[in-house]
Amino acid sequence: MRLRLIGCRAPSCPAYVTGVLAGTVSVCMTSVREGVAPFWKWTEKRGRERGGTERSGAEREGAPGASGGSSKAIHHPAASPANTSPNPAPFAPARSTYSMAGAGVGSNDVQWCFSQVKGAIDDDVAEADIISTVEFNHSGELLATGDKGGRVVIFQQEQESKTGHPQSRGEYNVYSTFQSHEPEFDYLKSLEIEEKINKIRWLPQKNAAQFLLSTNDKTIKLWKISERDKRPEGYNLKEEDGRYRDPSTVTTLRVPVFRPMDLMVEASPRRVFANAHTYHINSISVNSDYETYLSADDLRINLWHLEVTDRSFNIVDIKPANMEELTEVITAAEFHPNQCNTLVYSSSKGTIRLCDMRAAALCDKHSKLFEEPEDPSNRSFFSEIISSISDVKFSHSGRYMMTRDYLSIKIWDLNMENRPVETYQVHEYLRSKLCSLYENDCIFDKFECCWNGNDSVVMTGSYNNFFRMFERGHRRDLTLEASRESSKPRATLKPRKVCAGGKRKKDEISVDSLDFNKKILHTAWHPQDNVIAVATTNNLYIFQDKIN
Amino acid sequence: MECAVDAQTLISISLRKIHSSRTQRGGIRLHKNLLVSYVLRNARQLYMSEKYAEIYRMQQYEEVMTVCNEIQELDPLDVSEECAEQGEECAEHAATLCGALLPVQLHAAPACAVAAAAVSSPHGEDACKEPEMSFCRNCCSEPCDFSSSSCSRTTVLDLDTHVVTTVENGCLHQDCCQGAHGHGHVQTKKRKVDFCYYAPEPEEGPDLTPCKRARSSDELPCPGSEQLDTSNISSLISMFGSGFTELVSRQADLEQSVNGHMNGQLCSKQVLASLGAWTRAIVAMHQRISASAHLGVFEKQEQQHCVLPAADRLQGHIHSSVTPVVDSVPLCNLSMW
Repeated sequence: MRLRLIGCRAPSCPAYVTGVLAGTVSVCMTSVREGVAPFWKWTEKRGRERGGTERSGAEREGAPGASGGSSKAIHHPAASPANTSPNPAPFAPARSTYSMAGAGVGSNDVQWCFSQVKGAIDDDVAEADIISTVEFNHSGELLATGDKGGRVVIFQQEQESKTGHPQSRGEYNVYSTFQSHEPEFDYLKSLEIEEKINKIRWLPQKNAAQFLLSTNDKTIKLWKISERDKRPEGYNLKEEDGRYRDPSTVTTLRVPVFRPMDLMVEASPRRVFANAHTYHINSISVNSDYETYLSADDLRINLWHLEVTDRSFNIVDIKPANMEELTEVITAAEFHPNQCNTLVYSSSKGTIRLCDMRAAALCDKHSKLFEEPEDPSNRSFFSEIISSISDVKFSHSGRYMMTRDYLSIKIWDLNMENRPVETYQVHEYLRSKLCSLYENDCIFDKFECCWNGNDSVVMTGSYNNFFRMFERGHRRDLTLEASRESSKPRATLKPRKVCAGGKRKKDEISVDSLDFNKKILHTAWHPQDNVIAVATTNNLYIFQDKIN
Repeated sequence: MECAVDAQTLISISLRKIHSSRTQRGGIRLHKNLLVSYVLRNARQLYMSEKYAEIYRMQQYEEVMTVCNEIQELDPLDVSEECAEQGEECAEHAATLCGALLPVQLHAAPACAVAAAAVSSPHGEDACKEPEMSFCRNCCSEPCDFSSSSCSRTTVLDLDTHVVTTVENGCLHQDCCQGAHGHGHVQTKKRKVDFCYYAPEPEEGPDLTPCKRARSSDELPCPGSEQLDTSNISSLISMFGSGFTELVSRQADLEQSVNGHMNGQLCSKQVLASLGAWTRAIVAMHQRISASAHLGVFEKQEQQHCVLPAADRLQGHIHSSVTPVVDSVPLCNLSMW
């Protein structure tokens, strides 16, 4: 669906003033002409599909991927088997439930077992190896991680038929690694820009190549990851090793042919979206029209078109006229999964605002405000910190959204603004330890949260390498640990328990023995199967359910 | 719920966080500093409410304090102009009182030093507000005139509009002491401080000019026009100054000396004056967090020469604000560790 944009505000251009240190603002790479992959090639390669979706070649029509997201191309949300029509309606009904591989989806019906762990084993963690974001793509076949050193590592799941064990799912192996962002220095503002990858978001697949957006504090890049397994041979003027032939020695002409070669995965930056944010970017979110996306920093949200890099539209601006009156910042933002006009953003004050872009060009005035009144009995010095929302995620259906603040997860119904429909305490035992957590800066940790494929279970991380799952319907919860000790292949994970006070039972861990340096901030759930990726400081654990 | 004892700890921890955020990679994080400023504000609110409660209890000693202060001001060590202003008729009286007070203070100092070391242990002795009071009162009584030549220049860059403005900072606050003084003034202040705190200060002593200080360049920007804003900001500029580390290192010394002054109840007026300074500083800090992240911080090597004076001023500022501690509220919690 095409979005009509009214008005715009181009990002301000830096003005050079005499007397200040002369220097140029770091210039980012301009976009490169995009190659075109033949559409037929996509069908051939992607004939296999997971999850039982039926895709016929006849559906593959439309212009080849000449543009990153041309509206003429037919959009197929990859993980939506219910949508078989070529043109999904803009306000498509909620996705139908998936048939999950394995037993029931309840967290207690599912036995989670260890599958793989990626990353260095030694305890000495290099700063650059700290994982800063984890994201599955829309089909779940690819898993991308970003780290503090600006690198992106993509893992690809093997096909089930190839693995020895008939009952386990394919393993994730490294597919591609590339340096997404480099450290930069903004001379005009005398600020160093970190290369840490804050967020990765996949674009739905439209042709043979994969696209993802990765962002650091200031710049968003669109990367194209493509495979090359053939190379042309038989040039007329060049030898096989590349040397040019003397034209006089050419007696016959031949047509170069493609011959198979070892698979090579290339990642190339296709677009660089820079210089639009004064503050640190904390979120990016691709719209359901697959043409636009938003990027949010502390005070502003910008709307971009995937094709246009030199201009973005500012749609939310909460910067006060006088900065000294600043009371809250934007902490996360996301587009609705089905309605391309709806977005939400969370604030450091614990409120969530839902904005409708059809109402006005500038969405400063929210359509809905989700806020739960604070419990006055819980008031402390740190009330503002622990009420700050660190992550907001829509459910796949689009009816609910989940917010994560420091101690709890709240699930909101979009139709009810005054309180959440469900609240889960992640680690309430930390409430009495807030002062020491403030001293060692742990209280500022930003935990993320995620939904499972059919929105029945939510998951988030905690300390001591624990992560928690909450089953919504049955009100059950589960605490598991990501550790090397329980890392035997297909070993079932044992549920853990933290003892808040009183007598410590066997197998319980007391609050004082929790390791606050081992924190799980980033987790991701496969869009269809019960496969989860959990990032500890520098390791990535993959767990899956036991298939009987 | 933390009690007032932890309020001071929290304040010092928060200030330390804010300072260290200046030097971390990637620039100042607006979100984190905003949250830290909220903690600061909460701690201050609790601290202030406790202090005001104490003030009313100490009303009866107001008169005594006034006299004590005048004595302190007329101390022979002090050769500053302010002494002369106090009036010579008090000189003799002050001298005798000073003599009487000195031994008591010295006596109490060692006993309190130990207690001062423990951050959150309440000590049942009163911190002597005298030196702070006297200093504060001195400051207050001083006419707020500064030569503009002693004001320094701040070049600020608005991150959004990329407009660079150069502001002449003259700090000024009527009831809070100092603006930009020449070094001569600072010298005299140092000596007074030396006396007051009984702490042998090496190269430089703490500058007892609280809050507002013109800060040369580089630091947080002055949104500019208003004098009040300028002074608020410059107080934070001092706090943000690279001299912050100096403050941290000196805190122990100052603490012990401050805690050594046991006798003395406060003059409520002076307490309020110092409270006002403290309040303004913390409020300004809260505001400044946003502005500083907004405006960016320049790291320049040239500013190193400003380190020491800034530290002095900041130390003095914190000190004066420490005054209202009475009775069971330990003063030592201002420790930066």
